[in-house]
Amino acid sequence: MVESGKMKVYQLVVNFLLLLVTLCMVLPLVLLFLSSITDEKVLVANGYSFIPEKFSLAAYEYIIQQASTIWRAYGITIFVTLAGTAGSLFLASLTAFPISIPELPGRNVISFFVFFTMLFSGGLVPSYIMWTTIFGIRNTIYAYLLPNFLLSAFNIILIRTFFQTNIPGEIYDAAKIDGASYMKIYWKIVLPLGKPILAAVGLFTALTYWNDWTNGLYYISDPKLLSIQTLLNRMVQDIKALTANSAASSGTLLHIPQVSIRMAIAFVAILPILMIYPFLQKYFASGIMLGAVKG
Amino acid sequence: MKQKHTWNRLRQFIPLYLMIIPGAVYLIINNYIPMTGIVVAFKQFNVQDGLYMSPWNGLDNFQYLFATNDAFIIIRNTLLYNIAFILVNNIVGIALAVMISDVNRKALKKLYQSAILLPFLISIVVVSYIVFALFSHANGMMNNSALPFFGKEPLQWYNDTTWWPLILIVTNCWKGVGYGTLIFIAGIAGIDKTYYEAAELDGAGKWKQIVNITLPCLVPSLITLLLMNIGRIFYSDFGLFYQVPQDSGSLYAVTNTIDTYVYRALMVAGGIGRSSAAGILQSFVGFALVLLSNLAVRNINRENAIF
Repeated sequence: MVESGKMKVYQLVVNFLLLLVTLCMVLPLVLLFLSSITDEKVLVANGYSFIPEKFSLAAYEYIIQQASTIWRAYGITIFVTLAGTAGSLFLASLTAFPISIPELPGRNVISFFVFFTMLFSGGLVPSYIMWTTIFGIRNTIYAYLLPNFLLSAFNIILIRTFFQTNIPGEIYDAAKIDGASYMKIYWKIVLPLGKPILAAVGLFTALTYWNDWTNGLYYISDPKLLSIQTLLNRMVQDIKALTANSAASSGTLLHIPQVSIRMAIAFVAILPILMIYPFLQKYFASGIMLGAVKG
Repeated sequence: MKQKHTWNRLRQFIPLYLMIIPGAVYLIINNYIPMTGIVVAFKQFNVQDGLYMSPWNGLDNFQYLFATNDAFIIIRNTLLYNIAFILVNNIVGIALAVMISDVNRKALKKLYQSAILLPFLISIVVVSYIVFALFSHANGMMNNSALPFFGKEPLQWYNDTTWWPLILIVTNCWKGVGYGTLIFIAGIAGIDKTYYEAAELDGAGKWKQIVNITLPCLVPSLITLLLMNIGRIFYSDFGLFYQVPQDSGSLYAVTNTIDTYVYRALMVAGGIGRSSAAGILQSFVGFALVLLSNLAVRNINRENAIF
């Protein structure tokens, strides 16, 4: 009896503490949202707050009606995320499949060639000079897609390990007896069987592309080519980035609810993540475990 | 005759080699060409001559880098922040994992796990907006609500270095702790339940069980995580140190790290020399640390080593 009483107290204390932690994790996001729907005048007078005196949807009305820059940026981010994730999954699985086959001569050399990119990096300066001078990607959509994120050795190794451990060699032997080519085996057998790992890797690749602001910072100056994160980054320095795309920029600036619009755009940028998170929560968690178990 | 045999054996693998080509080309461009490009640290770079043809200038770039106090500050900041992050995130992560693992109700357990991982998914730019909502001089919650409530004067947060080490450590913990927590939760789930049953029979309380069973069982995965972190100790999260303090010049003393320094120097006219010098330093020290830490992991637990 005493023992179970103790356990009850323990459960209460643990749940209380964890509830506090949960609030700490979520409240900053709530503040972001509340700030975005607070009346501009109230914001200027009282600052950002959890209990605003007056609500207003002016910032969102502005986003919906006026801000072509924001819609454009959103479209660019969606395109980059989709194209980048698809390209990345294709390249990574195509590279991982051959090195998952034990009989392939030179497999260790190729694996090392892939793996070495995780150990040593030339850093930003040579990479920046190469992409801008040799490939001329400044102010093109490729600037978001190509540098850094399209193919990572880490993903190749994760996928290779999955292929090795989850696809039995007998399936390959049977397919070869049936006269299937390696390309056909990859397309018809390996990719369908590799769905779980491709889903996990794809989820994190999509997240990386969606959240990336560095490539935009390095390579994009054209206001027509801002992604949503790059736009947010520019607005930190200068709210005018918002109107750089429209004709009468100085005139319209007066009507922008400047203090709340920052938070509204930031909230719009994380909204898709917040919406899919409840449904994909367990895939995010298992993706992290996959990466941790075999780095 | 033998050669022909080898050729026949190799020929069946040609499609596989072809499949590697696209990925290999990308890695050569994105990773290997920049590796050879580190020679730029020993050159007087100009755009006409490019990466490889610019004239050599020996160690001038490094002399330039170490001529000011900057080199000391960025290395100190990078190392100290990483040490703080490793300590705080692992301690908080283990504490949260132990508590979450003990929660009876499954639904609550799931709620806590989801909440802790949520900030991990949010871009650092948006995080910097949230920090701005708290600390902005004109509109921030600290200056408008919190400080007046305690009868304190508003602070010029973005011009005052005092609180930034704490702000950055807390922000980093908020954003990143979920990752480690999940790994520790998995570690705890793998502990043999009979240990706890035996301990209970012996009359050991909850606290004793945590100290004598849970924590010792977490040591192997903790050591691996620690050593991996140490291997990355010369690298910093560019977004955290550039975005969150909003690139405020008066905070550089406590926010400038190797990564922010490399970027800022690259963007100013004539800064490419010292930028590449700092970059190459990071590349080589980072490389050595990764090798060393992996060697250490290998000696402790071969299975956890990355190579």
